[in-house]
Amino acid sequence: MLTKLKRSVTGLAVAACMGAGMAAQADTELTMYYPVAVGGPLTEVVDGMVADFMAENPDIKVNAIYAGNYNDARIKALAALQSGEPAQLSVMFSIDIYELIEQDAIVPFDDIVSTDEEKTWLDSFYPTLMENGRTGGKTWGIPFQRSTIVMYYNKDAFREAGLDPDSPPATWDELAEAGKKLTKDDGSQWGVMIPSTGYPYWMFGALTMQNDQVLMNGAGDTTYFDAPATVEALEFWRALGATHKVMPEGTIEWGTLRQNFLEGRTAMMWHSTGNLTAVKNNATFDFGVAMLPANKRRGTPTGGGNFYIFKQTSPEERVAAMKLVKFMTGPEQSARWSIKTGYMGVSPAAYETEALQEYVKEFPYAAVARDQLEFATAELSTYQTGRVRKLLDDAIQAALTGAKSPAEALGEAQSQADRLLRPYR
Amino acid sequence: MGPTSNIMRHVYGWLLLTPAAILLIGFTHYPTVATVYESLFSKGSAIRPSRFIGAGNYESMMEDPIFWKVLSNNLWFAIGTIPTSVALAIGMALLVNRALPGRSLLRLAYFTPTILPMIAVANIWLFFYSPDIGLIDRLLGLFGLPGHNWLGDPDTVLPAIIVMTIWKEAGFFMIFYLAALQHLPPELKEAARLEGASRWYYFRRVVFPLLMPTTLFVLINAVLNSFKLVDHLFVLTKGGPDNASNLLLYYIYETAFSYFDTNYAATLTAVLLAILAVLALAQFFLLDKRIHYR
Repeated sequence: MLTKLKRSVTGLAVAACMGAGMAAQADTELTMYYPVAVGGPLTEVVDGMVADFMAENPDIKVNAIYAGNYNDARIKALAALQSGEPAQLSVMFSIDIYELIEQDAIVPFDDIVSTDEEKTWLDSFYPTLMENGRTGGKTWGIPFQRSTIVMYYNKDAFREAGLDPDSPPATWDELAEAGKKLTKDDGSQWGVMIPSTGYPYWMFGALTMQNDQVLMNGAGDTTYFDAPATVEALEFWRALGATHKVMPEGTIEWGTLRQNFLEGRTAMMWHSTGNLTAVKNNATFDFGVAMLPANKRRGTPTGGGNFYIFKQTSPEERVAAMKLVKFMTGPEQSARWSIKTGYMGVSPAAYETEALQEYVKEFPYAAVARDQLEFATAELSTYQTGRVRKLLDDAIQAALTGAKSPAEALGEAQSQADRLLRPYR
Repeated sequence: MGPTSNIMRHVYGWLLLTPAAILLIGFTHYPTVATVYESLFSKGSAIRPSRFIGAGNYESMMEDPIFWKVLSNNLWFAIGTIPTSVALAIGMALLVNRALPGRSLLRLAYFTPTILPMIAVANIWLFFYSPDIGLIDRLLGLFGLPGHNWLGDPDTVLPAIIVMTIWKEAGFFMIFYLAALQHLPPELKEAARLEGASRWYYFRRVVFPLLMPTTLFVLINAVLNSFKLVDHLFVLTKGGPDNASNLLLYYIYETAFSYFDTNYAATLTAVLLAILAVLALAQFFLLDKRIHYR
């Protein structure tokens, strides 16, 4: 009798445990932060995608929280982590990876994927978009809102200057030549503008890549700021203003550049693909979008945000978070996101969806960023990334304003970066 | 009065003080002490925990060229903004204190910049200063003068920010002067007129001394603001080019939230607090003696 009672009690307890386990699984709740770095009602797009996900997965509840720009999102996520009420996953700047690893905040996707299908999923994205998400042989970030730099140009201005509007400059020399024809003596129109406030290191990443030089190694502990090809790239940037006189001297403001282009003050500008929709909607002239010109090769850094999964998560939460990441970065959603924003589709499969194929057919410039991907490289990202980035930003601005020579400015930046990064080697 | 009622009186007094004390201690005194304490430790991470390094952060601060750069920028920013905005504020207050047609409108116009949020103002001025397409360059263009890259040139970026700050602040200080002017007894002016004093003499020997309490208040505010106001940097320059417009508080923000070096940020904050305390004390003790309080 007693054993029988014992057995049934145990059975009940087991059943209760299983029931509780199932109930917990039935409503896994996820909190996700995401930033918006470009204008437009993008929060609605994200909310729509998340709502669709919850409709497909009624057992998972997702709280998607808009967290400001990239900086704010990182600060909020790390603060939530320290306060003991962490989010389970977040979209953050792709270049935050080393900071997040150093804070022991995130878990590599390799530790979560289990099936072979999921392992191949890790390789289904454009490899260049994975560069900023992989280090030490592990994958820490999955690409979501990603961009590259492209060259916008004013076709009407090209025609007026006697240039072929369908063959934009493809090399540095052609850029300077075309710039000279496009620059008007009275200062009412410049040939080209490359922004040098806000994200100078990002634009510079394009110039150095075009000179066949990367800015850092894959381990994030060494920079190549004083390499001869890097110095040469900065000399060219400075020469556009100082020697060729096709770009205003001093620094060029990131925030007002699009307006300058739309008002016809510059015939060409280098800017993020994130501006594509805004330029398309506001240009009063015939404009074109081209890949950035080449010196030794073509090149651009990628940019934008990746999905990360935090370490302070239960196994069930990780599985649910994985599902969400897979959904949000899947071909259908990626295509939808790309059309609404101008960010690129993150996998080849996204461009094979009907929606995106239609869109590209209608508006071919939407595919320039993708076509340029084969020449792309990772965005500057190292340990101590904020400081290292600032060193390079300061060096670029010092050279562009003529305060220091490119070699001198970059030499100083490199020796300081070495001092910061030595402990990590 | 018995001893019990005396104790009750003390308890009552402390109870009344408690709400304010909690707020002050929680949001002012505790953070100050915590900041100084934090500044004695090295930057920590999950891999390398923070450890006590004494004055180590202060030593590396002394060797940090950007720290000295932002400090001197802050000095120039203070010298550039404070005297001009205070003088302008007095001038505007005197102007709109007289009986003029449309006086309320004029007062409103002078006060408008103060109402606008700094971020909005900075966004507007960003376009004013924008080379070639900006308002300032277009005005210069009318006189045949060439455009200038105001915010992109290390020599003009700080003055450009100073001009904007003066525009923003003068109207705010004007309000205090206007209130003070309206409290001046009209007999003084009549007496001065009877005695045949010139208007300048009346201003210099009667009005200005009577405004001194207001001036002290405004000066303290202006000095605090010159260290405290950095909102515009987020929009206008981000401290660039090459730190030419970087100010101490913005550098603290960068250190704390971009470099995640909260301990070094605490070090810089401790220095900022010390500077502000010294300045405020100096103003109280030096100027207070020369001020005529009625």
